[in-house]
Amino acid sequence: MPAAEQRDEVEMLWLMLLIRRFEERASQQYQAQKIGGFCHLYIGQEAVVTGAVAATRFDDYVITAYRDHAHALARGTSANACMAELFGKDTGCSRGLGGSMHFFDKEHHMYGGHAIVGAHVPLACGLAFACKYRNEDRVTLCFFGDGAINQGAFHEALNLAALFKLPVIFICENNLFAMGTSVERSTSLKQIIDRAEGYDIPGCVVDGMNFRHVRDTLSEVVASIRKDPHPAFVEARTYRYRGHSMSDPASYRTKEQLEKYRLDDPITRLRAQLTREGKLTNEKFDELDKEAKRIALEAVKFAEESEEPPLEKLYDYTYANGAVKAAPSLPKNNSAAEKKAAAAS
Amino acid sequence: MSEMRQITYRQALNEALAEELERDPSVFLMGEEVAEYNGAYKVSQGLLERFGPKRIIDTPISENGFAGLGVGAAMVGLRPIIEFMTFSFSLVAFDQVVNNAPNMLTMSGGQFNIPITFRGPNGPAHQLGATHSHATECLYANVPGLKVCTPATPRDAKGLLKTAVRDNNPVLVLESELLYSSKGLIEPAETELLIPLGQAEVKREGADVTIVCYAQTVPLALAAAEQLEDEDISAEVLDLRSIKPLDERAIYDSVAKTHRVVIVEQDRPFCGVGAEVCYRIQKNIFDELDAAIARVSQEDVPIPYNERLERAVLPNADKLIAAVKKVCYA
Repeated sequence: MPAAEQRDEVEMLWLMLLIRRFEERASQQYQAQKIGGFCHLYIGQEAVVTGAVAATRFDDYVITAYRDHAHALARGTSANACMAELFGKDTGCSRGLGGSMHFFDKEHHMYGGHAIVGAHVPLACGLAFACKYRNEDRVTLCFFGDGAINQGAFHEALNLAALFKLPVIFICENNLFAMGTSVERSTSLKQIIDRAEGYDIPGCVVDGMNFRHVRDTLSEVVASIRKDPHPAFVEARTYRYRGHSMSDPASYRTKEQLEKYRLDDPITRLRAQLTREGKLTNEKFDELDKEAKRIALEAVKFAEESEEPPLEKLYDYTYANGAVKAAPSLPKNNSAAEKKAAAAS
Repeated sequence: MSEMRQITYRQALNEALAEELERDPSVFLMGEEVAEYNGAYKVSQGLLERFGPKRIIDTPISENGFAGLGVGAAMVGLRPIIEFMTFSFSLVAFDQVVNNAPNMLTMSGGQFNIPITFRGPNGPAHQLGATHSHATECLYANVPGLKVCTPATPRDAKGLLKTAVRDNNPVLVLESELLYSSKGLIEPAETELLIPLGQAEVKREGADVTIVCYAQTVPLALAAAEQLEDEDISAEVLDLRSIKPLDERAIYDSVAKTHRVVIVEQDRPFCGVGAEVCYRIQKNIFDELDAAIARVSQEDVPIPYNERLERAVLPNADKLIAAVKKVCYA
């Protein structure tokens, strides 16, 4: 029985709600200047990571780019740890040292959170390489945006994955814009999925606004990879409702386009499907939403009350197994001062 | 005690690789031409035959790709040895070496250390032109989270590479094309030879001046010291062996003895390794100095192909001797 069947759909709807309510709170806190740096919101794209996670096991590997809050939450990182990371607190999922773009959670197999566009795609090959090297049947899910597909690292990684038959799924979250540059203005191909063909990697397109479509398609891909390790490419067509980052008013797109996608909202759609099938009542949905809002608000409180990373630990993470001391060591028994003192006596 | 033996720098590296591959199944070697071709400089000779294609892995010419693959594999506990055919090509993978490998531990709040070794020849060789002659030690030593070593002898090459593979951090082992065929004494094969990172070595004792050197400039400094002996200048040759961590104690101990310093480096003068060493000496033991510190490095130009001009750009014994005489007021 595929793993997909084991994840309850109401639970996955709840996860999408949690992601959305968390990010709405994050947005508010960013505006209140509680969150620094850059902050890229995932709102609108929830079905992609939720559907992919529903198609995989808890011990599969997930790695993504900088729009990463949802990926950590979907893997099971607590909202508290995520919000605390945004606040730069010691209780954050990266101890306040990574920030919005660098969420990591080893326990939940969340391998970041990578902010150089395309640079983590080779890392995904390395994760998948390690699985194959150790004869494990884990699958690596590598998420990236449509902007990454024109980076050299992306192309090198796809070629390596195909050549070494690595068990990795490249999931392009095509939200139509690389920051403010539309796919038509950035990419020579008409269809992103055609990139896969260039590397002899099987590919497919999914409706990234439709949880079930993402999950069901990914389930088939995952099953095929577990049987016989190989890379696959999935283009998830999706949309972000917000700008590229918090500072982006998104004036490069039309209100009509945004409205069109909002009508296709992934949460609304799954809710309607479940309601129609008698699996969800309005009362239950309201209860879930209320709970998601409560957790997001509580996460803000938790983050606010958490301690900052201690200053004295500044050097602790530069090198593993102890720091290379920055402070210079002085020569023993032969310093000029000691010599002078000796001469004077 | 068993007899010391003489082997080449290349053989020493090969022994180090074979021993670490043998010792730890999580170690693998990856790079261009490392397997079927036996290595562009034959450092990995025979390893494919001995360890098989699962662990000795040829790659396409995709430095960013396979360096990044190594970093990813290291995130989950493998211990990759990534060979760059030359460190000039590592510049194509700069983002992986500088951004991903050393930042991961901090960015993840201590969750992911990267036990990876990047190795290959570094520095100018002979008439390879500007693109193939980069001395990258100053670039990489500038990055917190990286460790950088520069073996000059077969013994150091073996001992440092083995230590690098066992280190839990990204370590760059910067070898020298010009040294691959050089020979030196080393312990018997059955001896476990590990040389700690961050430990310099006095390669020749002296009393009048300290020549701080590393990598290709070590044989240069030793040759210069021989010549200086004839002119009654006793030069101490201090091989840094590691650029980062830097063995400051060894530098200060030697300077406190000789009171005069010449730094001879294979990289460029501006922001070069010597600039850092020089700064630290004057900051910490200024009173020990009897003369201003001199540096001999490359000229600050892209390296020309023409042999005569290339020679003019690189440090050599004549330049070093002149610098020594200057600091000794000889």
